[in-house]
Amino acid sequence: MQVKRTPKTYDVCVIGSGASGGTAAKVLTEGGLSVALLEAGPPLVPERDYKEHVWPYDLPHRGAGVGGRARRGLEDEFLAPNGAWEIEGEPYVSAPGSKFRWFRSRIVGGRTNHWGRIALRLAPVDFKVRWHDGMGDDWPVGYDEVAPYYDKVESYIGVFGTKENIPSAPDGIFLPPPKPRCTETIIKKACDKLSILCVPSRLAILTQSHNGRAACHYCAQCGRGCITASNFSSSQVMIPPAQKTGRLTLITGAMARELIVGKDGKVAAVSFIDKATRGEQRIYARAFVVAASACESARLLLNSRSTLFPDGLANSSGVVGRYLMDSVGSNGVGYFPALEKMPAHNHDGVGGMHMYLPWWKFDRKNEFLRGYHTEFGGGRGMPGVGDYDDICDDFEGYGAPLKQECKKRYGTYIGFAGRGEMIPNENCYCEIDPSAVDQWGIPALRFHWKWSDNEIKMARDMQQTYREITEAAGGTYVTTIRPDGPHPYGIADGGVIIHEVGTVRMGAHPATSALNQYCQAHDVKNLFVTDGACFVTNADKNPTLTIMALTWRASDYLIDQAKKGNL
Amino acid sequence: MPISRRDILRSLTLTAVSGSVLRVIPLEAAEYAHRTVNAEKAQAEDHDYTPKFFSAHDYKTLQALCQTIIPSDENSKGAIEAGAPEFIDLITSENKDYQVALGGGLMWLDNTCVDRYGKTYRESTSGQQKEILDRIAYRKNAKSDPSLGQGVEFFGFLRKLTADGYFTSEIGIEYLGYIGNTFLKEFPGCPPVPEA
Repeated sequence: MQVKRTPKTYDVCVIGSGASGGTAAKVLTEGGLSVALLEAGPPLVPERDYKEHVWPYDLPHRGAGVGGRARRGLEDEFLAPNGAWEIEGEPYVSAPGSKFRWFRSRIVGGRTNHWGRIALRLAPVDFKVRWHDGMGDDWPVGYDEVAPYYDKVESYIGVFGTKENIPSAPDGIFLPPPKPRCTETIIKKACDKLSILCVPSRLAILTQSHNGRAACHYCAQCGRGCITASNFSSSQVMIPPAQKTGRLTLITGAMARELIVGKDGKVAAVSFIDKATRGEQRIYARAFVVAASACESARLLLNSRSTLFPDGLANSSGVVGRYLMDSVGSNGVGYFPALEKMPAHNHDGVGGMHMYLPWWKFDRKNEFLRGYHTEFGGGRGMPGVGDYDDICDDFEGYGAPLKQECKKRYGTYIGFAGRGEMIPNENCYCEIDPSAVDQWGIPALRFHWKWSDNEIKMARDMQQTYREITEAAGGTYVTTIRPDGPHPYGIADGGVIIHEVGTVRMGAHPATSALNQYCQAHDVKNLFVTDGACFVTNADKNPTLTIMALTWRASDYLIDQAKKGNL
Repeated sequence: MPISRRDILRSLTLTAVSGSVLRVIPLEAAEYAHRTVNAEKAQAEDHDYTPKFFSAHDYKTLQALCQTIIPSDENSKGAIEAGAPEFIDLITSENKDYQVALGGGLMWLDNTCVDRYGKTYRESTSGQQKEILDRIAYRKNAKSDPSLGQGVEFFGFLRKLTADGYFTSEIGIEYLGYIGNTFLKEFPGCPPVPEA
């Protein structure tokens, strides 16, 4: 196999084009640096790839996919190209006794093409957990230092919300929120009765035109991709301005294999497989930003072994792959007969919830440490395949009574999704599998996973809360849960919430962390890891907004260091 | 000359190539593109459907069952008009498990009708058809009579797929009263809840 050397040396090579890589590409190119952006997947072409406004009956499979494989679940036919739980030719392994699921993306923009657009800031206390309750570790950076970058990200991408002064959910720079749907009105009333906080949600969707992007047109289909770019995706919002500078070289179909270290101990090049030719190529740069997603970034470092770094690059501490965290997730569904009385009306709204439940029990002692927020939704959405499975199972029979029952119950269900903070533990980590490789010859990851008692107690609390809210609204909680079995209190398997973080964590001490507070490797000063891998904790906030804020901060620092000649 | 869907798509691509930071298109154009897609599809539709998986006999039984599961009534059409049998045939033709469950299920139904009434399901009288369906439409019946287990399983699955096919059709969506999938300048929020 011939290794091709690309003659040019870029200022920076960014690996991955999602929330983090896209942000880095924008900030670095606008800061005057030349950037090569590597993406393992193909380019995204919204006009070709998006199925916005398509009805199920416009598609022969009605959204169910070939052979009905997408009748339920994340990979339905309508979604923007975004990734998959299993990628052919790219295996990963769960260690015996562990179950971990890894949703990976191979497309420009990565998982920002499908994410829920939930844009929540970490609270000041989230950066100082050890100081607060003695568990886990503190971040080497505090809220006050990150807040200006939250401001920058929110101002640029556009996030709606309201100022609420809730200690567990800091306010940001917000566009006005959309009006509540009926489902949200009914839950808000029940929460008020129970003294549970329920406030307008904070989503990266434009309720007004913003920075040249059109306002939302309320079709509720953000997950399909938005032709008017009224929601945030890296592919439509971060990468275009980087391209406009003329300093961005986007290289798609490029699967990073190894970071090559020079004699000076700095990264000289990234070796990648060009998927089209299966040939190996290299990109040379003065600095490297690894943003391949938390576990892919750890994998790349662990696969970059050399005499200088025998345990993997930037891993003298041994923490790379460790401290793997996901969110604690437990879901439930309630049936709300009050909604049967609603006349037919447009219930679509934005592609996500208009209201949510931030963590509200921060002022008292609970049976578990840390907290969770709750997302909820339901009502009179566009009908889809699989939606009637439960009614069919419940009601049975056939004919006019079944048909009428489906109509009567249409729009009367509300689902709750708890998303809580997991405390990292020694049983949750990823490492290079001793035998498996992917089709590009790159050694694959093996995952180890075990929830601790704290997370299970949190899931129990979620279930109790959703039952109380449902009953307070005159509904019936239909989810049945078991305190035992593989999913006690409905807790999802590790990785399923797709909030995996922590595998190349930052910290004040090189002995116990891989990165400093600017995402710069302690061991290798021209190497930065800016995606969710750098997280020290995984607060109950969806990680994307924080990933972008930390990347922006790291990129500003990188530009400054480059100017000073320190890289 | 009326603008065609291809023109719209090409203009979108040009906008993207010409370096516009954002690919914003007028809402009217997007709506127009959507309508055009539907019109093209309607024209292309073939009225005589040839099943991809089921035999002619089985397909007729499938149609009859679908229409019995979700019949037409004075206000709305039923599962056949909604295209549920075509949808079920298409995904079954691509899925070996479905082929066994549904193909085998239809044979089970015919066999059982022959055993009970001396005729296949479709040849049986409407009273006999109702009798067997009333047996296999409820899980509890398989508990008292285990010989119905396979029929109950088959019918439960077919019921879900029929509901899929019906409620994702234009007819079914109108029947449910879903309103949306459109372009709004502002989201109006929840209308007043009628008094109980």
